[in-house]
Order: sequence, then structure tokens, then C-alpha cells
Amino acid sequence: MINFDYIKTATTKAAVDAKNKNAAAQFIAGGTNLVDLMKKGVTAPDKLIDINALPLKQITADAKGVMIGALALNSDVAENAIIKTKYPLLAHALNAGASAQLRNMATVGGNIMQRTRCSYFYDLAMPCNKREPGSGCGALEGQNRMHAVFGTSPKCIAVHPSDMCVALAALDASVHISGPKGDRKILFTDFHRLPGDIPELDNNLQKGELITGIHIPANAFNKTHYLKIRDRASYAFALVSVAAALQIDGNTIQNAKLAMGGVAHKPWRLTAVEKYLIGKPANKETFAAAANMAMEGATTFGQNNFKIKMGRAAVTEALQQAAQNI
Amino acid sequence: MNKDLIIPTKFLADDRVDGVDKVTGKATYSAEHQLANMVYAVFVCSTIAKGSIKNMLLFDAKKAPGVLDIIYYGNCPPVPGYNPFAKDPNKKGFEWRGLKVLNTNQVYSNGQPIALVIADTLERAVHAASLVKVAYIKEEFDTDFENAKANEKKLKKPADYKRGDANAYKNGEVSVEAEYTIPIETHNPMELHATIAVWDGDDKLTVYDKSQGPKGTQRELAQNFGLDEKNVRVITEYVGGAFGSGLRSWPHVPAACIAAKKLKRPVKLVVTREQMFTTVGYRPHAWQKIGIAADKKGKLTGITHHAVSNTSRYEDFGEGIVNVSQFLYACSNVNTSYRLLPLDLNTPTWMRGPGPATGCFALESALDELAYKLNIDPIELRLINHADVNPVNKLPWTTKFLKECYALGKEKIGWQNRPTVPGSLTEDGMLVGYGMAGGVFGAGRGQATAKGILKADGTLTLQSAVSDMGPGTATAMVNLGAEYMGLPKRMVTFELGDTEYPTGPTQGGSGTTSAIGTAINAVCVALKQTLKEMASASVPAFANAKADTLKYDAGIISMSDNASINISYTDILKAANKPEIEVIKEAGKATADPQKYAMNSFSVHFVKLHVHPVTGVIKLKQIVSAADAGKIISEKTARSQMVGGAVGGIGMALTEEVFIDSRYGRYTNANLADYHVPVNADTPPIDVLFVNKADNIISPTGAKGVGEIALVGVAPAIANAVFNATGKRIRQLPITPDKLM
Repeated sequence: MINFDYIKTATTKAAVDAKNKNAAAQFIAGGTNLVDLMKKGVTAPDKLIDINALPLKQITADAKGVMIGALALNSDVAENAIIKTKYPLLAHALNAGASAQLRNMATVGGNIMQRTRCSYFYDLAMPCNKREPGSGCGALEGQNRMHAVFGTSPKCIAVHPSDMCVALAALDASVHISGPKGDRKILFTDFHRLPGDIPELDNNLQKGELITGIHIPANAFNKTHYLKIRDRASYAFALVSVAAALQIDGNTIQNAKLAMGGVAHKPWRLTAVEKYLIGKPANKETFAAAANMAMEGATTFGQNNFKIKMGRAAVTEALQQAAQNI
Repeated sequence: MNKDLIIPTKFLADDRVDGVDKVTGKATYSAEHQLANMVYAVFVCSTIAKGSIKNMLLFDAKKAPGVLDIIYYGNCPPVPGYNPFAKDPNKKGFEWRGLKVLNTNQVYSNGQPIALVIADTLERAVHAASLVKVAYIKEEFDTDFENAKANEKKLKKPADYKRGDANAYKNGEVSVEAEYTIPIETHNPMELHATIAVWDGDDKLTVYDKSQGPKGTQRELAQNFGLDEKNVRVITEYVGGAFGSGLRSWPHVPAACIAAKKLKRPVKLVVTREQMFTTVGYRPHAWQKIGIAADKKGKLTGITHHAVSNTSRYEDFGEGIVNVSQFLYACSNVNTSYRLLPLDLNTPTWMRGPGPATGCFALESALDELAYKLNIDPIELRLINHADVNPVNKLPWTTKFLKECYALGKEKIGWQNRPTVPGSLTEDGMLVGYGMAGGVFGAGRGQATAKGILKADGTLTLQSAVSDMGPGTATAMVNLGAEYMGLPKRMVTFELGDTEYPTGPTQGGSGTTSAIGTAINAVCVALKQTLKEMASASVPAFANAKADTLKYDAGIISMSDNASINISYTDILKAANKPEIEVIKEAGKATADPQKYAMNSFSVHFVKLHVHPVTGVIKLKQIVSAADAGKIISEKTARSQMVGGAVGGIGMALTEEVFIDSRYGRYTNANLADYHVPVNADTPPIDVLFVNKADNIISPTGAKGVGEIALVGVAPAIANAVFNATGKRIRQLPITPDKLM
């Protein structure tokens, strides 16, 4: 690890100013991903701007929804009474991620900003367009069992590793941002981007911008489930995951939101499937049809061919489990 | 009770004697020794699979802060064992086994150590190592096992066996023929491999090293550096797991010694987690093909077992993968063949249950498959073919209580609930499967020497230069010492992990307890004889008493038929005005004649699991491991070993796999986030049942061995349960969810 400067900031403005002045600086909060990346030499910021002292830890709810500060810890959000009762899908997804130790350090903002776990990205001896633009995509014809099946480009087939983000995408959350030009907000589904020709960019944050919080609108979903299929029962990234939020009255699906993880460079929202589900009876046939529709257009790369079948199974099961939830 | 007994409160009677030290951080592991003037070394590793180094650009690294030296092939001081025949080509000397680290510009595998950066702090050494630039001349390489495994031209070291007719299974009434694959698995114990080397002048070397055999390391280093063995001291007081990776010295051991000699300062070299994948061995990738047949009543009529496993280009490592098919079951017609496939990878090595762990996956899976075809219960099929004598040499086993293992495990797992039709039983919406499989490993005992010091305060200190990588060797030896000497366990201490102690065996192959235990038995017998002779001065009745008329208990000698005639050990020593008495005894190899007996430990593992009918996710519900390991010396630590072995078996069955990108010949998951060892949430309740019958032919301890049979057979038991639950026979480990899609 090379030497770097380190400053602590107390206000959002000070943090944004510091970042705006130095393009090679990075914010640090929990550091659960950034420190690994620095140790491996994947990233080498010349300055770390510690934002842990910023007043962004609160979780506040009103009739319109809930606002979660960017520095709220993953474990605190998962255990928060409002989140557990009104947004259980988020709590469920958070608890499916990482390990207890990591959730105790990792913040909501950091979770959103985490980089892919593609092994080519982490190994400096391997090609990776995300780490070193123009060096090629190692995974495309290599070890791609964990990789994307939607929204890929010939330059990158990495996936976004977060569980939390899959739930936030399904829940129509928005990302609140502070930057040199003032505050703004982006729909969660527009925050992360697909790799396209510039895989080195994970998201649509602009220079100097800082995530200050996440807003989730109030909703009427009475049936939700987060399903994660992985290689071991804890501390493993999703092969495929599904966040399902349903509003079922009687046996009719009134509203539905669905997103998948482990399949794309960003949380993969299934809007066409949602439209299909609305007005349908909540039964096996509906769910099976939804699952088939979910995986339409998927492209696989050899080792991840199974993700089409697994994706269908995961969507079916997530919907089934959600529908059974009281 | 002897009033002079001092009862320490550090551990409870059944606890691990070093448990408190380990969980409170008091135990000092090899890398944790703090030495004055110590500096830190870090390897630079190759990033190509094969070729040579054209040059190393060290300019930036050398001028980085704190850097003291960078050692590589261009400036490595001569090492006698690296080039032993330079002066006299006819002389038969010692040549360092394996990679001659820092002494060659040849690259044999990706991740091979090619330079050593030494700095005043670890962080500075790590940073400087990242600045070393290497120019390679690349050569063509091959790391693709699956592609090359069947190409006879690429294979070597044929080892073939036959009794009766070859390939008899082809004419069998009911037969199964199938192929099985296990990927590379790594040991990856929690404690990283580490060496601290300190020279005293040019001819005395002290090494703090994570090793399963301090004496073996001492010998290797003495020969490699041209030193007298007595001038090399190896200290391995605690080992945080090894599973076989500590059975030999890997490149970091000589590298630390080379650097410490060159810099004339203590040098610490800790292997990084990533380097644990490329420098300290692994269980080789193996492909097996089994043909097995029985008559309609289930009597085996033919087994053919072929295996290929990989090795490196610079060393041959093979293991007894197919041997299990030769002797585990009675069958007249057996032929086996085994080949090595050299690849451009680092050298594999023994990993828990080496050989049988891989072989039993194929054999026990094939037997299960055959049982379904025959419509015979898998346990019944094994009982029908039970080998009463070893079929290879027709010798009887010293002891064999395999039938008892079947009975114990069957009862505990609730085998009667097993569905005979796969996929026919559900529980809470999950498919339910039961499976079983057998495990086996060689038993026996090696040579060992122990010292016993009985002090006037009544305490007994036992010593042997063995290491304890986690099985609880010290605890077992305390138990034996207490039993043999007639002392409470709290009065007995076992000191280990230092070559200053009498020679002990390398800890491996499940033989430590029987080897050292036998030496301790000899030590205690001698100490008791000495005590008796000394006691005769004050208790004349003892003078002519035969050994079997005396009782040694609670630190007191008494007449068996008259307890009022007695004297305590402490009084004997005090009367003689001796602060202590000391005995050193060597115990030879097994008393059992290998010409007369077959020697093995046996286990049978039972598994109950759930498989999600839609997602294919497996949830283990229960594992029952029944073992014929001889007499159990320390029940708590033996049970722990069995539980640990079962967890290792879960990893083998469900999660562990090294991935190699064969275009680059480079590992792509060399870290513990992506190389999945099972976590607690993957691990069900594990019941351990010991037959616990002494094998007094192998050794007076009665012990056979626990370490390997704890793991051997667990993976096929799980795979067989998966089949029972789903009807899907997975022959390629690990059984990840995608394979059940």
C-alpha cells in the first residue's frame, strides 16, 4: 500500500469540497471494500476523506416514506424497527449480505458504492477493462461462473455484488446526493450503470458528489421476500438473488416490484414482469410464467449458463415465498 | 490422597490442556515471536505460468523507504543443498526437495516466489514488493487438467495392480461404470505458514516455524545449509491447523534462513493468504473411473479403478487414491491403475486423508449406485462384501470393528426413515435424503522418543519434539501419562514443539498418539520401576514385590492387597533427597509384524439432508460419524477431530474448489472470500460415535488413529444423500447449487 493523505471531515460541505479539489481522493466510511482494494493495489487514492463524523446516520420515517442516512450501518438498518416492520424486504436483503462482522462496519452509502468482486478486477496480473481500461475483459472467455447475463458488453460482464441494492431497486428508492453544484436525487434504478464502453464507471455520480442518504417511498406491499442462492450459507455472493414485493388482495396481485441480483452490472429491475403480474392470480402458473419472462433476453458466457435456469427457479421461489408470507 | 498435591485450576479434567492459552491469546504461534532487531520479508511471486525471468527491475523497490535488501536469483548467496554436486558430481549428497527458491530464474508455476524483499517494517516490505518489475520470457504451458487427463502420452509413473481377472466388472450381472472428479482443494488452515530465522554466527540456526514435524524441518535445514543437526533448533510450540500443509518445508522456510544469514538479523517471513494457494501444497485435482459389478445377490465380482491426479513439472507427488478399491471390500477380481499428470502448477501434497479421501469418493459413490441397481440397502451391500481379512495380502487385521460402526451410525441417524426410492420423501416442503459411506486409513505407529521428569513435588513433565497442529496431542499425552503413572491429570504436563526435546515423529497419517504414547508408556514403566526400587529403602515390603502386586494411584505406591502399606512418590524422592528423577525412552516401530497383520482405522459416515425442490439448495440436517479408531485416549479432543474432519468433508462435498484460468495458468479465487470453506451455517449437528475398543497389537496405548478417517468418506456420504433426496448422481465435486439445477 502506498502512502496517502488522510483527513477527517465534519460536514457534508467540507467533504464535498475536499473531494472536488482532488480527483484522486476518495471518501472512506466503513472501508470494508475500499481498504481491500487499496491493499490489493486495485485502487490507490492519494487522499482519504473520512466521512464517518458526518451527521448522516439517522433513519427517519414519515407518511411519505423513510429516509436512511448514508452512514447508517448495514446492521443498524437491518435491526431498525421501522425498517423491519414497514420495509422488511430491505432488512431481509441486508441480512443476506456479507457476514455479521462486515455488516457491523459497512454503511449504506458504502454498500451502494462497493465495487464488483470479479476476480479479474482484483488481480493486477490479469486483464480487466474496469480496472485498467483497454486491457481486455478476462472473464468474457474465462472464469465467468459468477458473472452477468443481462446488460453485458464485450468490455465487461461483471456483476454488482450487493444484496441491499437489489431490495432498494425493487422498492423504488432514490439516492440523495450532495455535490459541488448543490443537492440532487437520482432514482435508485438510475444510479448504477451498465458497463457499455466505459466499464470503469460503476454509477452516475458526478465529480465531487457524495451520497447523503436513501429515500424509500411508503408502499402497500403486504407480501415480500428476498431470496439468495449462493455457494454457502453465509459470506458468499449471490449466484442469483431476487427481491420480490407484492401487494396481494384476496388472491389477486394488485402491485408487484421485482429485482434481481447476481445477473447484471447493476441491480436488475424486472419491469416487464411486474406489469405482467399486476391483476393476475397469485398462483404457481402465474409465477412460472413470470419466471420465464424474467430470463428472456439473457446472454450467457459458458460457466454461467446455469443462471438462466437458476434465475427462473429463483424468481418462482421468491414469488412463491412472498405470496406465502403473512 | 497425597497432601502435597498442588491442584492447578487452569483446565478441567477433560479439557484441552492448552485450550485456555489458545482462546486467551497467551499461546505464541510461530509468527508471533518478537525478537530484537527483527526485520520483515515479503515474497514477490511470478505472474506467468512458465518461462524464465529475463531481468528484474529493482530500482524503484530498492529506493523505497525502509528496504534493506532484495534477494533473487541474481544475488542469492550459495546454499549447499541447492547445488550439492558442484564439487564432486559422484558424491551422493542431500539435494533440497522441491523449488530452489531465490536461486533460479526459471518459472515453473504462477504464484511462484521469485524474489524476497526485506524491510524494517512489514508494510514497507509489502509496498516495496509491489514495486518490483519483472520481465519474463514466456513459454508454452499447460494447466488444464480436464483437457489432458486422458492423454496417455502426458501421463507418467504408472502404478498398476491386479488380482483375479482384469475388468471383470464388464461381465458382471449388475454393474456400474462411472467417472468422478474432484478439483484442487487447499488446506488453508487459519494460521498462515510462517518462519522466523535467526543465525548465531554462520553455523548455528534457530527457526520458529509452523511445522507438523520440528525434527523433520531441523533435518531438512541442517542438510540444506550444511550444518550439524544439533546446531539447528526448530521451535513450533503451537500450530493453528495444518491438515498436511506442514508436513514438509516449503520455499518460505529456506528463504527466511537465506535472508537472515545474508542480513545477519532475525528475519520473519509470513506467507500471505494468496500465497497459501500457490506455495504450500494442495490436494491434487483427480479424475477417476470406476467399474464395479456384483451378482444379483450383491456379491462383488469385479472392481476396476483408474485414477489420474496432477503433480507439478518439478516434482512428482502421488497418493494412494486407488488403493481403497484393492482392500476395502472382499472381491476376487480387482485391477487398479494410477497415473500422474504433470502440469505447470505448484506441487501438491498430502491433505487430510490423502489418497483414500479421493479414492473413497469414487468407490463409495459407485457402491451406492450399485446398491440402487441391485435394490439392496447400501449398508447391507457393504456387509455382504465385508473383508474379513485384507484381500491384498490375506492377512488378518490387528482389529477391525467396521460392522460395529455400521450398527452404531445406522441407529443414530434413523436409517429406517431413509426412502428407498430417491426423491420420494419430503419434510417441510424439502426433499429429504439419507446417505452413508465408509472411510479408512492406515494405522500403525512410528518411532518416537520421550523424556519423563518426575519431581519431588509429585509433578510429571513429559517431553517430545513433536508438534500439535490441533488434534490435542498434548492433551492425549497428559491423559496417558496420568494413567500410566498413576497421577491426577493436573499433575502431568506435556512439553512439545522444540527440537531440544527427544525426537518425536512428524505429525501426520494419524499416527502421533500411538507413536508417542508408546514412548510415554515406556518412560512411565521405567519411572515406576525406579520409584519402586527407591521406595524399598523405607518400605521393605516393596523390595521383593512383583510389579503386578503393586498399585500406582493418585501419586502413591501401595500393595494391591494391602493399601495400608504405601508411600507417596514425593516421599520417595524426599527420602532419597532427590529433587527429581529423569528417564528417556525410545519406542520402536509397531510391535505388530506387518508380515502378520493388516493395520487400519475405519469409519462410517451417515448424512441426512434437505434439498430445496426448486432452487436445488442443499441444507445438511445431521451428520453421524462412527469410528473404529482403537481406544480413545482423549474423548473430547478426539471428538473435536472427528467434527473438524466432518466439516472438512462438507467443504470437499459442497463448497471447496480452486479455479484456474487455463489461458493464464493462474488461480482466480486465491482468497477466503471466493474459495469457500464451510461456515457454521453450513454445518449441521454432528454426532460422533466411537467403538472405542483397544488395539493392543499396534501399540500399548490401544489407539489406532482418528485424524484421517474423520474426513475420509464424508463427501461420498453427502453425495449419496443428495442422490437419495433428488435422484441426481453428482460425480463432480463440489456439489454446488448449479449442479442440481
